[in-house]
Amino acid sequence: MTDNNTTPQPVLRLNGITKTFPGVRALSEVDLALYPGEVTALIGENGAGKSTLVKILTGIHQPDAGQIIVDETPTTLADASAATRAGITAIHQETVLFDDLSVAENIYLGHAPRGRFGLLDWARMEEDAREILKRIGAAINPRLPLRDLGIASKHLVAIARALSVQARVVVMDEPTAALSQAEIEELYTLIDRLKAEGKAILFISHKFDEVFRIAERYTVFRDGQMVDAGMISDVTEDQLVEKMVGRAMSAIFPVRHATPGETVLEVRDYSHPTEFADISFDLRRGEILGFYGLVGAGRSEIMQSLFGVTKPSHGEARLNGRALSIRTPADAIAEGIVYVPEDRGKQGAITAMPIFQNVTLPSLSRTSNKGFIRMAQEFDLARHYTERLDLRASALDQTVGNLSGGNQQKVVIAKWLATRPEVIILDEPTKGIDVGSKAAVHDFMAELAAEGLCVIMVSSEIPEILGMSDRVIVMREGRIVSQHPRDGLSPEILVREAAGYGATAQKESAA
Amino acid sequence: MIISFLKSREAILLGALIALILLVESRFSGFAMPRNLAAVFNDTSILIILALGQTLVILTRCIDLSLASNLALTGMVTAMLNAAMPGLPIVALLAVAVALGLIMGAFNGLLVWKLNIPPIVVTLGTLTIYRGIIFLVSGGSWVNSHEMSAAYKALPRAQMLGLPVLSWIAIVVIAGFAIGVNRTALGRAFYAVGGNPGAAVYTGIDVGRTRFSAFVIAGGLAGLCGYLWVSRYAVAYTDVAGGFELDIVAACVIGGISIAGGSGTVLGAVLGALFLGVIKNALPVAGISPFWQMAISGAAIIIAVAFNARKPPSRIILKHAEARS
Repeated sequence: MTDNNTTPQPVLRLNGITKTFPGVRALSEVDLALYPGEVTALIGENGAGKSTLVKILTGIHQPDAGQIIVDETPTTLADASAATRAGITAIHQETVLFDDLSVAENIYLGHAPRGRFGLLDWARMEEDAREILKRIGAAINPRLPLRDLGIASKHLVAIARALSVQARVVVMDEPTAALSQAEIEELYTLIDRLKAEGKAILFISHKFDEVFRIAERYTVFRDGQMVDAGMISDVTEDQLVEKMVGRAMSAIFPVRHATPGETVLEVRDYSHPTEFADISFDLRRGEILGFYGLVGAGRSEIMQSLFGVTKPSHGEARLNGRALSIRTPADAIAEGIVYVPEDRGKQGAITAMPIFQNVTLPSLSRTSNKGFIRMAQEFDLARHYTERLDLRASALDQTVGNLSGGNQQKVVIAKWLATRPEVIILDEPTKGIDVGSKAAVHDFMAELAAEGLCVIMVSSEIPEILGMSDRVIVMREGRIVSQHPRDGLSPEILVREAAGYGATAQKESAA
Repeated sequence: MIISFLKSREAILLGALIALILLVESRFSGFAMPRNLAAVFNDTSILIILALGQTLVILTRCIDLSLASNLALTGMVTAMLNAAMPGLPIVALLAVAVALGLIMGAFNGLLVWKLNIPPIVVTLGTLTIYRGIIFLVSGGSWVNSHEMSAAYKALPRAQMLGLPVLSWIAIVVIAGFAIGVNRTALGRAFYAVGGNPGAAVYTGIDVGRTRFSAFVIAGGLAGLCGYLWVSRYAVAYTDVAGGFELDIVAACVIGGISIAGGSGTVLGAVLGALFLGVIKNALPVAGISPFWQMAISGAAIIIAVAFNARKPPSRIILKHAEARS
């Protein structure tokens, strides 16, 4: 695809970009160069720093250190409009456009053509929109409200928008995640066209077949650092996988001597109309069962269904041999199944409430006498579980909003343990929390399993999956790809199966 | 405990209320006398009761704009029943008032819960509907004092242990709320639902049902206040308590009940209502024009919200603690 032997100057170059968030170093002195007419693939696990990089490129975050050089000129991207002026535009996984505005408005919002008296020139806007859409080969009526379009067409609108601002750098953050195979092919054609127009493209994807299909260059991030960069023609898929995951296990995981007992939870033929199909697995006493897959593989959706948040269309679950009928989360909690959701902000803690009230919220029947809450019992219960989790807080009546992310996560876990569950489902239990809190959560999970609790851990972090699980289920596109005992499992197998690269050859079943 | 209270917004509001009373006292000696303050409390009783009901609704991230219409309709119905059947015991009328109020509250709650209509839209609709029904049942005519039985008019004024029954009813409601909101699972659920609906769902709380309960309780109290209002002022007509729905919301907002839901206290709502009550009682005696009264109430709302929008001071203390450790 590269037809130029003389390498041109990069349009955009990042030098030594560092970005630290409270407790986490998201990016540490990373470099990146994007060349006109070329696609650079950015590869890395979840948490490698890719999204932080996108946010820096689009002016949402400011780097703590390092240089952004556009056309050999050091530039600061103070906000989103500065990034647009610099010719950088991004197309996100879930398109950030306006459903109730027309296609033309979406393309021209913020830089619409003006007519007399500074009023919007609607006729020209539509005309220009039609022109741009034609240029990218999209048969979309610019007058339609965006709501009426499918995801693939919305992507096309986003790309048209990118072209309308005369972008020279187009960032595509997992653009294929929600597309069908035919739509992906169309996207490839479009990317080829953008390349022909001399745009520099940063293509973020987990899927190696895509990367090899359209990228000229690659850059690999791992744990916020750039570990390698080069030409795609010089590497193999295996080498890329290795670069992506091939780290010494930096985190130390607790040593466990697991002897899983009898089967506690049996799930059979669980299906959902749109999210997952034919899910069957067993969970044994004292076991930690890991669910690995790419984001969107349907793992959280299964767990939410088991917990009564959504309804499965088909299938059954048994707890200790007894068929479960769970319609609401309250039913699940009563049965001894609890779910610690991934999104702490939206689904975890109630930040305006004091710590102790958060902890006792699902267990109020145990701290009440004749319908009235006993504060002393409430404090005892909250103290017991927060101490077990080594929560650092000045007082239990402090509001949760004042705690750090790691401590908030501990409050949420304490809340669920206080219900004395039999099965605890942890969805990305250590996402976005600092290293110290991570280790505490891991130790604690090991302790729970040793006490006979059944733990399901949904995680996208390979070291965590390998370090903590007794057994691992790999999922892709709503289905179980394989089940493995931990021994003999390698990061490479996980990455391949989850991404659908050579998965069929690797199928194994657990004992 | 005492120190944490002194830092709370309720303490600030209590200070403001005392300052306001002293200010009026300096202009108009005798205002701060216990007897007069008791009269102000009595006069504010209905606002306090309604503000407490509204507090529950606002805690769950909803709002009920129909409370004054609910009050006016139940008031009219009890007055007409009394006029038609003077022999009907007051207890029966009270039961009718509360039941009617509960039904109207439940109607609001069901629309919010089952049809997922935004509460402001639902109650803006029922505000007019309930008001319109008054006209339908009364034909636009008034029920005047001479048509009401003596017993009907006597209850709120009757003295008990030195206070009118109206005041005692408010005190009982305040006490009930103090216990119910702080010490029951439902009370906790109001805070959880408003503080973070997503998290409340995962905690096993039915968000819709909790909101429904808030509307029902607020409606029942509005029904109770319907009887109290009409018997106290001894007149029922279509426009009774017109515009009072905004006073109720104002009392909550001044009292620090966050309009975003999940935050606020019973004490705050009571103090907010009393603050408005003092302004309404004091400014006329001080000879200040009603237009200034409105401006002063309005300013109090904005100042209260500005205070509440501040970041809590504990955050700064925590940062110091974190920096040290």
